[in-house]
Amino acid sequence: MNPKLFTFNGGVHPAGHKTESCTTPIRSMPLLPKYVVPMRQHIGEPARPVVAVGDRVLRGQMIGAAEGYVSTAVHAPTSGRVVAIEASAVPHPSGLFDLAVVIEADGEDQAIAFQPIDWRSLDPSALRNRMRDMGLAGLGGAVFPSYIKLNPGGQKIHTLILNGAECEPWITCDDRLMRERAPEMLRGIEIMQHALGCSKVIIGIEDNKPEALTAMRAAAPVGIEVVAVPSLYPGGGGKQLTYTLTGVETPTGGRSTDVGIQVFNVGTAYSLYRAVELGEPLISRIVTVTGHIAQPGNFEVRIGTPLTDLIAAAGGMLPGASGEIVGGPMMGFDLMDLAAPVTKAVNCLIIKNPALFPPKPIELSCIRCGECARACPADLQPFEMYWYSRAKNFGHAQSYNLFDCIECGCCSYVCPSHIPLVDYFRFAKSEIWEREREKRAADLARIRHEFKTFRLEREKQEKAEKFAKAAEKSKAAAAGATDAAAPADPDAERKKAILQAALERAQKAKAQVAPQNTENLPPRVQKEIDAIEARRATVEAKTESTPNHE
Amino acid sequence: MISAILVMAAIGLVLGGILGWASIKFRVQDDPLVEKIDAILPQTQCGQCGFPGCKPYAEAIAKGEADINLCPPGGADGVNRLAELLGVEPKPLGEGLEAKPKSVAVIDENTCIGCTLCIQACPVDAIVGAAKQMHVIVASQCTGCELCLPPCPVDCISMQVIKEDVVNWKWRYPIHMMKRVA
Repeated sequence: MNPKLFTFNGGVHPAGHKTESCTTPIRSMPLLPKYVVPMRQHIGEPARPVVAVGDRVLRGQMIGAAEGYVSTAVHAPTSGRVVAIEASAVPHPSGLFDLAVVIEADGEDQAIAFQPIDWRSLDPSALRNRMRDMGLAGLGGAVFPSYIKLNPGGQKIHTLILNGAECEPWITCDDRLMRERAPEMLRGIEIMQHALGCSKVIIGIEDNKPEALTAMRAAAPVGIEVVAVPSLYPGGGGKQLTYTLTGVETPTGGRSTDVGIQVFNVGTAYSLYRAVELGEPLISRIVTVTGHIAQPGNFEVRIGTPLTDLIAAAGGMLPGASGEIVGGPMMGFDLMDLAAPVTKAVNCLIIKNPALFPPKPIELSCIRCGECARACPADLQPFEMYWYSRAKNFGHAQSYNLFDCIECGCCSYVCPSHIPLVDYFRFAKSEIWEREREKRAADLARIRHEFKTFRLEREKQEKAEKFAKAAEKSKAAAAGATDAAAPADPDAERKKAILQAALERAQKAKAQVAPQNTENLPPRVQKEIDAIEARRATVEAKTESTPNHE
Repeated sequence: MISAILVMAAIGLVLGGILGWASIKFRVQDDPLVEKIDAILPQTQCGQCGFPGCKPYAEAIAKGEADINLCPPGGADGVNRLAELLGVEPKPLGEGLEAKPKSVAVIDENTCIGCTLCIQACPVDAIVGAAKQMHVIVASQCTGCELCLPPCPVDCISMQVIKEDVVNWKWRYPIHMMKRVA
C-alpha cells in the first residue's frame, strides 16, 4: 500500500533516543510571572515593536508588526504589562543579545477576541495576508514566514508535502503532536491545500513512529496519502524528503517550489489550523525537553517562556548535567544563556551529561578516506570543501557547491578523524556572506561616489554656461547701445559707480572713526609745529649742501 | 610548390585580416586592470592613500606609481588580494596607516548648526540636510571615511564602531586541538 519510494545517497543511522520523551502525553506549562518575546524569531527582517513600556497587553495581541516582505508578526503570550523593550538573551549560537519585549504577566491570562476566519469563502491571497499578521512561521526549525510559502507566485504547485519525518535523534515534538492532534492538523493541511491550489498531498512520516502513522492514517481523508519513509537521517530534510517521496531532485541553489512542490512541517499545519479556524495567532508551540532531566517529555510552551522555567517544569536537571543543546544533537547548537526564551524556532532542549554527550575527541588530520562523501545526503564532497574552508580559500570552497550543504552533520558524524566539518562549512559560509555584504556596500559606495563626481562636474559646467550666456548678453547689449564710445555696458558702469560710492563711504567712515592728531589743532600748537617744520627744512638743506666728511 | 606557397599566403592574409578586424572591433577601451584593482578596493573614498578616491588610487597602482599597501580600510586582506591580482609579494600596511574597526559617522543632533559643510565633504552623498536644518547621516550608505569630521565647525560628528549583533555575527574558525606527540 506504500507507494514506490526513492532512496537518497548517504545518510547515517544515529541512535534515536526517541523513547525518552515520546511515551508521555504533551504537558502544559503553568502560567509564569515573566515572558521574554524576541522580535527576531524568523528568517528575514525582525518584527517592529508596536507596544510601549507600561502598556497593558492581552494574550494574542500583536506586539511586533511584520516589517518588510520576509517577516512576520509577533504576539503577546499572555495578558500583562510590558515592563521593558530591550536587548535580552536569545537562543542563538553566538550568545549575543537581541531586541525583545518583556511582559510581566498579571495572572488573568485574558485574551483578545479571537476571530475565526471563514477560509473557504476567502480569497487565497487575502488569507495569506492574514497569516502574516498571525505570526505564522515554519516550526520545523528554519522558521521561514509561512505566508510567503503559501504564496506560490508564478509557480504552479502540484504537490504539497507535509514533513512529519522528524529524523533528528531525541526530538519527538512532531511525533506527539501527530499522535494527539491529527484531526486538527489535517484541517490545517486542508487550508494549505486551498491556499496553494494543489491537488496532491503527501504526508511523510518516518517508520520509527508507528503510533503517529496510525493516528494520521485514521484521520486523513481520502486523497491524502500518509506514507511511511525509512528511518535514515537526514530523511526529514526538505530536499531529502521530497526526493524520497517523489523522486524529484531540487535543483542547486533552488527551492522545491521550482519543481512544483511545497514542503511544510506538520507542526506548522497544526498552527495554521489554530490561526484560521480558532483565530488564535502563533503564541505557543510543542517543545521536547529531554536528556539528563528528571521528567523528559513534550510541553506545550508559550513563545517567550524562559528556558529555565521550562527545565523546572520538566522536573529540573539531574545532577551532573554538562550543558544544554537547543535543537537536535546533529544540527542544534550549545546554549550560551539559560535566560534565553523559547522562540518559534526552538523545537527541542536537550540537557547534556558526559555519558550521553562525551566531550569531542581530539581533531586529527584528514586521512582522505572519503567517508564524508559517502555519507553526504546532498551529494557533495565534504573533504574538498573542508580543505578549502580550512585554508580560507572560499572561492574554491564555493566552487564545490558549499551552499548546497544543508549542515546536517552526517560528515562530522562519520569522520574517523573527528573533524568538525560542519563547523568549517558554517565558518566559510558566514565569511562568504560577509564578503558579499561588503561587496554590495562597496558597489553602492562606488556608484554614489561616481554620481557625486558627475554631479559636481555638471554643476560646474552649468555655472560656466550661465556665465558665458550672461557675458554674451551683455556684449550684445553693448553692441546695441547707441554710444559707441562707451565700451563698458551700462550695468557694469552702474556697478562701478556703486562700488566707487561704497569705497568713498568706507574711507569717509574710517576717517571719522580715526581722526589724525594733526587736524583741528589749537593755533598755539599749530604754530609750534610750523616752527619745527621750518627748522627741519633748514637742517635738511644744510646737510645736503655740506660735502661728505668721510 | 608555387600553389602551396600561394595557398599559405592566402590563408595568412585571410587570418591576418580577421585578426586585424577583431582587434579594432573588440578593442578594450578602459584599462581592465584599473577596474580589477578598483573592485578590490573598499570604496570608502577616504583618501587615506593620498589619492582623491579609490579609482585614482587604482589608476596609480595600475601605472606602478603607488604601492599596494596604502589602503587601511582594505586591511591586510585587501593588500593580500591586490598582491595576488598583481603577482607581487604581499606586505604589511604602510607606515602610519592602521586598519580601524568598521564604523559609521553619527551626527549629534543637539549640536548640529546646519552649516552643510559635512554634506559637501561626504564623498558618497550619505548626509541629508539643508542650510540651517539639522543634518543626518544615512548609516547604510556611510562608508566610515571620516572625511566629514574635520570640516564640522562644532565637532558634532563622531565615529561609532559597528557592533556585532545576531545579524552580522559570524561563525568562528573552528579551534584546532593539537595532539601532543612528545
